[in-house]
Amino acid sequence: MTKPVARELDCRGMLCPRPIIELARHIDSVPVGSVLAVVATDVAARTDVPAWCRMRAQEYLGAEPAGDGGTRYLVRRVS
Amino acid sequence: MTNAPGGPDPTGAPGSRGDRASGRSGYLDGASSEPLHPAARETLLAALDQGYADPRRLHGPARSARLLLDNAREVVASLLGARPDEVSFTPSGTDAVHRGLLGLWRGRSRQGSSVVHSAVEHSAVLHAADWAGAERVSVPVDVLGRLDLGAFAAAAGAPGVAVAAVQSASHEVGTVQPVAEAARAAGEVPLFVDACASAGRLDLPEGWAAAAASAHKWGGPAGVGVLLVRKGARWRNPFPGDDRVDERTTGFENVPAALAAAAALQAVVAERAVVADRQRRLVDRLRTAAAALPDVEVVGDPEDRLPHLVTFSCLYVDGEALVTELDRRGFGVASGSACTAATMTPSHVLEAMGVLTHGNVRVSVGRGTRPEDVEELCRVLPEVVAGLRAQVGL
Repeated sequence: MTKPVARELDCRGMLCPRPIIELARHIDSVPVGSVLAVVATDVAARTDVPAWCRMRAQEYLGAEPAGDGGTRYLVRRVS
Repeated sequence: MTNAPGGPDPTGAPGSRGDRASGRSGYLDGASSEPLHPAARETLLAALDQGYADPRRLHGPARSARLLLDNAREVVASLLGARPDEVSFTPSGTDAVHRGLLGLWRGRSRQGSSVVHSAVEHSAVLHAADWAGAERVSVPVDVLGRLDLGAFAAAAGAPGVAVAAVQSASHEVGTVQPVAEAARAAGEVPLFVDACASAGRLDLPEGWAAAAASAHKWGGPAGVGVLLVRKGARWRNPFPGDDRVDERTTGFENVPAALAAAAALQAVVAERAVVADRQRRLVDRLRTAAAALPDVEVVGDPEDRLPHLVTFSCLYVDGEALVTELDRRGFGVASGSACTAATMTPSHVLEAMGVLTHGNVRVSVGRGTRPEDVEELCRVLPEVVAGLRAQVGL
């Protein structure tokens, strides 16, 4: 994808709500305006990453296939 | 009796005897199954001695059983707005869903083979369609869980549709569905309505060709489902036939349980206005308390909903841990989170709504739930949620 990713969290193998906890812990580690990626194998992330973005007022950019059966979820830090 | 004197069980174990002795009821999962209504218990005990015989036979005890069965059918029919010959008692609510949906589906085999359904139907609907090998067309819902009527009309109007399914209200989040509008939008396609979550609590909506309900959800005994098939609807038995009183169902009729289910429904409908009003206030209290917690999302329609349940999701909290901790404190609640499901996948209902699936609980108040029970839950909820978050450093 063309969106530059500032940081990627490898959450493969983690069960919900672990990937979302990692996302919340690390969102402040990227500058406002840049993208944090979460790679997860847990299917709940498909719903919970966008829901987290809505609840925490961050921008959900979408998902794309990642290696090892994972999905890469892209989140732009807006606040 | 075996409990040491000196007050409540100090371990606060599930179903704590001390709580029961003090009359406090932490059972807040009536949406899964209501305790037996006193009216049902009385009727069941009386009917056990009178309704044992085979209602198909021609002797005296058989006639008694048949009379009780017909009586149950008439009562249920009148309370659900149906005719007695439209009512069948099935071995469960799930079985009634299977028969209702697939019977309509078979009845339309010349017109089509696909099943159009809301994305938030009970899994019994989805399993039935998959078992039959039918193509399923899932119609989206909004963030409150309400059916997208425009998308539904388009899907039902497509060629090759045999049957459409829309639940009366969501068993998981309480949102009431626009069933009458859906029936109009479906046109000639017959509508199956799963009314298991709402029967006895809300009037059955208009527009069904077949519908299903489940007695243990309204305080009747388990093992009694109700299948309604509208007079004139094309319904063909999807399963092997059985030469019983009622050709739409199967197996030896559980006459005492059917009569007890009817008695419970009668009692529940009679007290409905008062009970629903009380439950609505209790649920409003819970909604307010849950919404006041940080990073907690209360889901489902706040107004147009079932009176007795509320569902919310807590960020960063493991659903299983939440249910377990509440159980330890004497509260029995349900969850739609993946970690609480046999399949380890999150609730398809929450997923279709696009709401948080982890840290999810559904609290449903029963007819016996008191304000102090709900107040106690509201009191412990903040520390339970904060405690679980603290364990993961949030």
